[in-house]
Amino acid sequence: MATQTEQQVRKLTYVQAFNEVLAQEMERDENVIVIGEDVAGGGGKEGFEEAWGGPFKLTQGLYKKFGPTRILDTPIAENGFIGAAVGAAATGLRPVADLMFVGFIGVCGDQIFNNAAKMHYMFGGKVKLPLTIITATGAGVGSAAQHSESLYSMFAHMPGLKCVVPSNPYNAKGLMAAAIRDDDPVIVFNHKLLMGGIGGGQHVPKDPYIVPIGKANVSREGTDVTLVGIGYTTYQCLQAADELEQQGYSVEVIDLLSVSPMDDEAILNSVKKTRKIVIVDEDYPRCSVASDISALVAEQAFDILDAPPKRVMAPHTSVPYSPVLEDLFIPSKERIVEAALEVME
Amino acid sequence: MATATTSSAITKDKLLWMYETMVLIRKFEEQARREQDSGRLRGTHSAIGQEAVPTGICAHLKDTDFVLGNHRSHHHCIAKGVDVNEMMAELLGKVTGTNRGKGGTMHIADITKGMLGANGVVGSNIPVATGVGLSAKTRKTDQVSVVFFGDGAAQQGSLHESINLAAIWKLPVIYVCENNRYAESTPFEYSVAGGSIANRAAGYGVPGVTVDGQNVLDMYEVGGEAVRRARAGEGPTLIEAQTYRYFGHYGADNPLGYRSKEEQDHYMSKDCIRQMRKHLTESKFATGAELDAIDKDCHTRIEAATKFGVDSPFPDLDELTTDVYIKYP
Repeated sequence: MATQTEQQVRKLTYVQAFNEVLAQEMERDENVIVIGEDVAGGGGKEGFEEAWGGPFKLTQGLYKKFGPTRILDTPIAENGFIGAAVGAAATGLRPVADLMFVGFIGVCGDQIFNNAAKMHYMFGGKVKLPLTIITATGAGVGSAAQHSESLYSMFAHMPGLKCVVPSNPYNAKGLMAAAIRDDDPVIVFNHKLLMGGIGGGQHVPKDPYIVPIGKANVSREGTDVTLVGIGYTTYQCLQAADELEQQGYSVEVIDLLSVSPMDDEAILNSVKKTRKIVIVDEDYPRCSVASDISALVAEQAFDILDAPPKRVMAPHTSVPYSPVLEDLFIPSKERIVEAALEVME
Repeated sequence: MATATTSSAITKDKLLWMYETMVLIRKFEEQARREQDSGRLRGTHSAIGQEAVPTGICAHLKDTDFVLGNHRSHHHCIAKGVDVNEMMAELLGKVTGTNRGKGGTMHIADITKGMLGANGVVGSNIPVATGVGLSAKTRKTDQVSVVFFGDGAAQQGSLHESINLAAIWKLPVIYVCENNRYAESTPFEYSVAGGSIANRAAGYGVPGVTVDGQNVLDMYEVGGEAVRRARAGEGPTLIEAQTYRYFGHYGADNPLGYRSKEEQDHYMSKDCIRQMRKHLTESKFATGAELDAIDKDCHTRIEAATKFGVDSPFPDLDELTTDVYIKYP
């Protein structure tokens, strides 16, 4: 019984949980490989093996455990190695490719959008592509325009891709396990602030488990207003919910988790209960996931809404560098509270 | 340039297979043009003139090896053994096609034959083929991955990234550039710095071979060495096959808008099928009558393929939204 108690109190950070699931999946299936820039680091150079363990330490320790045939450092060639991961996935491997920052889609979009997304459909369902791409997203650490984007709406736009955005260590582990085991290409978007430890550690079961792709989670139940968060903005929604509760409101928080396929039902069910919705999204506002949710609610729940759906988003600008501007760019707890009060007026 | 090969070391079966494959490709492509003229088919990129390139390479491959192509890929598919009935049905958008009518001329794939797909984006399959090689090596098979692309694609960054990866990881990948002298309408002389694609291989420390792509025996020899290297774990090879497409870039393109009649006549006078026919009869490997019989058989097979395609049904309309994701039981 002591072990059970021990397990219950076992707390992991986001990075630790992610690292654990990678190790467990690689252990479980020898066809799982990790490929990307500095996923080991040092390129196997003697005395400097595993110099980095991944740009965000997600792959730390894996090179020593699984060796250079399973943890592959690549040259800086995103189009080349993401494309190689596509070919490997089509022929028997289950690659996890690390696209270091999501903005680098600019140099490998062809492989993801033209090949990974389309192969199953355009080959008449006869080729499967068990590929997982992990990528870092989000502002908040002063990396400016090209290293701070969210962009999952671009990927969600493409039929054939599945897109998941974990919001804490528990669902990061479960969604990553689901992604690796899925036979479709899945993109896993890891927010830099979550990887940096915001939100703190959390109980994460040691035994492998799945958080299903395509299902949202009700992080907090309430009756007055629905807040929808995506990844890091779920954390912010929960903060805002605390404050609103202190003011006497009952707030429901939906953690979207999958932006494609999206759990329309979970959103509509919540709105049927609360009749008000605020969608919080750090991505650019035009053609965004938040716009899509807003349209969903307007089209399918118009009659029960007490107020128009409201979006709290980044502005339609690139991500600025100066901390005062960057703070303004990211949807804040204050803006979420304000928006919620507005729809509840 | 690799020198002319004697066929003495090649079995008669293999020689006749190469002749037959080239004829079958030619007749398939001629029929595709007729279908286009009749309006049943909405345009393809004809490979007529380039038949020898994949034929000489694929003569060394097994069903378990992989070929990846480009937008002009019917010859790759046939050389790799894809069924011409299913190919013609695919061109006509029928459910009996290789891709159930969902891919069409630029995406023909048949993984059971190791044809991992034509690809409509120039240079796009080069990284994918590199990953197929990585997969073969990681899974410790002796499979080889061959990617065919044009002189146009050789100017894409994907080739540089891929050969570099294949070279550092010693992958069993063969990069075959079909230099047909034109990227759409843009001539090789204009777009290729240094005047050679094969020479670039030296920069990666891998063999780069220029070969007469209108001579299937030369292609066979160069392909044999590249496949041997790949299977032996010695790494990739870059082959530049000098060839010529007899027609325009796509169906309605008139190539005389950007090249001369004299130039066309020069290359067409070295036609790969005619050369092979001459070689086989002069060196007594086959009689004219034997080769005529092969021609006739190919003609019959393409007639049958056309009938199969035309008679086949279109996909059910609910197929529009299937195959977006894997269907789980």
